[in-house]
Amino acid sequence: MLNIKDLHVSVGDKEIVKGLNLEIKAGETHAIMGLNGAGKSTLAAAIAGRDDYEVTSGSIEFGGKDMLALEPHERVGEGLFLGFQYPVEIPGVSNLNFLRTALNSVRKYRGEAEMSAAEFMKLVREKAKALNMDPEMLKRFVNVGFSGGEKKRNEMVQMAVLDPKLAILDETDSGLDIDALKTVAEGINTQRRKDTAILLITHYQRLLSYVQPDVVHVMIDGRIVKSGGKELALELEEKGYADVA
Amino acid sequence: MAGTAEAQKQIAEVTGDYKYGFVTDIDMDMAPKGLSEDVIRFISAKKEEPAWMLEWRLKAYRAWLKMDEPDWAKVSFPKIDYQDAYYFAAPKKKDGPKSLDEVDPELLATYAKLGIPIREQEVLAGVQGSAKVAVDAVFDSVSVATTFREELKKAGVIFMSISEAIREYPEMVKKYLATVVPVRDNYFAALNCAVFTDGTFVYVPKGVRCPMELSTYFRINAENTGQFERTLIVADEGSYVSYLEGCTAPMRDENQLHAAVVELIALDDAEIKYSTVQNWYPGDKEGKGGIYNFVTKRALCKGKNSKVSWTQVETGSAVTWKYPSCILAGEGSVGEFYSVAVTNNYQQADTGTKMIHMAPNTRSTIISKGISAGKSQNTYRGLVKVLSGAENVRNYTQCDSLLVSSESGAHTVPYIEVKNPTAQIEHEATTSKISEDQMFYCRARGLGEEEAVAMIVNGFCKEVMQHLPMEFAVEAQKLLGISLEGSVG
Repeated sequence: MLNIKDLHVSVGDKEIVKGLNLEIKAGETHAIMGLNGAGKSTLAAAIAGRDDYEVTSGSIEFGGKDMLALEPHERVGEGLFLGFQYPVEIPGVSNLNFLRTALNSVRKYRGEAEMSAAEFMKLVREKAKALNMDPEMLKRFVNVGFSGGEKKRNEMVQMAVLDPKLAILDETDSGLDIDALKTVAEGINTQRRKDTAILLITHYQRLLSYVQPDVVHVMIDGRIVKSGGKELALELEEKGYADVA
Repeated sequence: MAGTAEAQKQIAEVTGDYKYGFVTDIDMDMAPKGLSEDVIRFISAKKEEPAWMLEWRLKAYRAWLKMDEPDWAKVSFPKIDYQDAYYFAAPKKKDGPKSLDEVDPELLATYAKLGIPIREQEVLAGVQGSAKVAVDAVFDSVSVATTFREELKKAGVIFMSISEAIREYPEMVKKYLATVVPVRDNYFAALNCAVFTDGTFVYVPKGVRCPMELSTYFRINAENTGQFERTLIVADEGSYVSYLEGCTAPMRDENQLHAAVVELIALDDAEIKYSTVQNWYPGDKEGKGGIYNFVTKRALCKGKNSKVSWTQVETGSAVTWKYPSCILAGEGSVGEFYSVAVTNNYQQADTGTKMIHMAPNTRSTIISKGISAGKSQNTYRGLVKVLSGAENVRNYTQCDSLLVSSESGAHTVPYIEVKNPTAQIEHEATTSKISEDQMFYCRARGLGEEEAVAMIVNGFCKEVMQHLPMEFAVEAQKLLGISLEGSVG
């Protein structure tokens, strides 16, 4: 589903990702672990196509398409979702309006008709309920005044509504208490299917107890230095990055 | 003065006839190019105005000749040649339509092209059972269709073109005209007094809540025609009226002057809500063409506990010079100003408000949202003034500027003059650039670049947009997106 070859990404003059290879197949859940500054978030942003994150060489293929030739929103149309480490506040725009615009943009890209207001409301209420989100939060402005946990939960609702083929979740577990972590993990597990894939980006093993990955990668200084099964995460937790790599 | 000998002859005929009464047969639809006392006589005769009105216009014209164009606004444009414009142009019809069936289908087609909602088009076309939004359509200076007048009449509301009002309710017009914006108030107001060709008059009697939203569409059509609209709204004691004004103009090359005057008068316990969506042609991407929008809008809260609320969404015009203001003369009166001004490409807007607190316990609120894109300049200019006798005045001002491009400018010029120590004045201002994080977040949820900008900007303007009547709010939201097209990158 996702095939990254020899990827180099620079931000400004600085090369952050330095020749990264990664293949994720449908039905798989991968986790990339690494310390701060290893280039994990840069990798995620580059896959999503953020401006100023320049891919200097290498390729990203998703569903057989060259992602680097697509605009960020087109990548979303192709079925990519990026869960943000720091979800952004958009004052004056209600969650509902934001979600509906997002969903309809994606549908338009795919040549599908807009979803009716009634259908949409039903879908959102259902997804919000599954993630224990207070329906009142849907009316509030996007992430404005949300706690850290609420923001992450909101990301999960967005993911559930957009139903991506590949979800890249950047530090979705950070700043969550145990209850919120469990809810978020449930949201991720619901999204795990034969036809979807998940890429978790995380510091800690904690989330991986609830969302068990098929493959764990260790990222250091812009490269994946080691890959293994879920036991690798535990090993990292125990021994630290220096020893494992 | 400019103009052919033939045209001058015709003017002479018209003004000659005028002395003996009303003109009955004028073949000419246009006054010749340029401005002179003869042209004013022509306009007045065309409008079948009484003698006092002509005298009033001529006085204004003479005053205007001695005045100078204001130059304090942060706008620049080539000097206007006032002799190089037409001051009167009417649709080519010998008689005004007696019913809506007689409205030119071309005209209705134009409204359709302008994107006027079907519902209001139906109203305009007089379709049975269509929604109750009364439309007084101003098309090239002459009101060609007025609907729902009968129903309004039942409620005692007068809603008609100002030309008709001058003929039918001369005493009322005399009593209020130019009492809020004096003839000599400013250069453009004086010019308007001399040459205004049409506009709207509204009177809401004591204790009447106007049964519908009143709406007017203005449009410039003929080449080189300045628009000088005149609006006068009087809300008598305890009455309420909501007035919607929307403007669009087609693509065109030459700059056009639009110098309207709007006067609102609210008596005791009366409330006027005046909403504008201004979408005059802003000029092309290179800054060529576009409308000069030099408008004087002012409200007099004359009665105690009266209230006037201005809401404006300004997206059009090449140059905007506009300060809808409130004179709070009645004790406990309230003035509000909610504004969104969007500038793109080479547009320039210098807009804001004046809140003049003359009486005790008066309150005002100013919320201004300026959005600058392209190479445009967007200025908020506002005055909050509290006179010495005005005890316990409150004002809250919030001015937020959003920069969409790095080559545009946002400026805030607040003036505060307080002569009474009991006043409480609050002023908040922010300037921010549209954030990369917000853009990326929206785009990572599937929104295209322009869609993302439109969403963020609409969010930024939320506090103002929510004051627009529903049917306007939807249009205005779309308009914000359209206005910012091509602004990114």
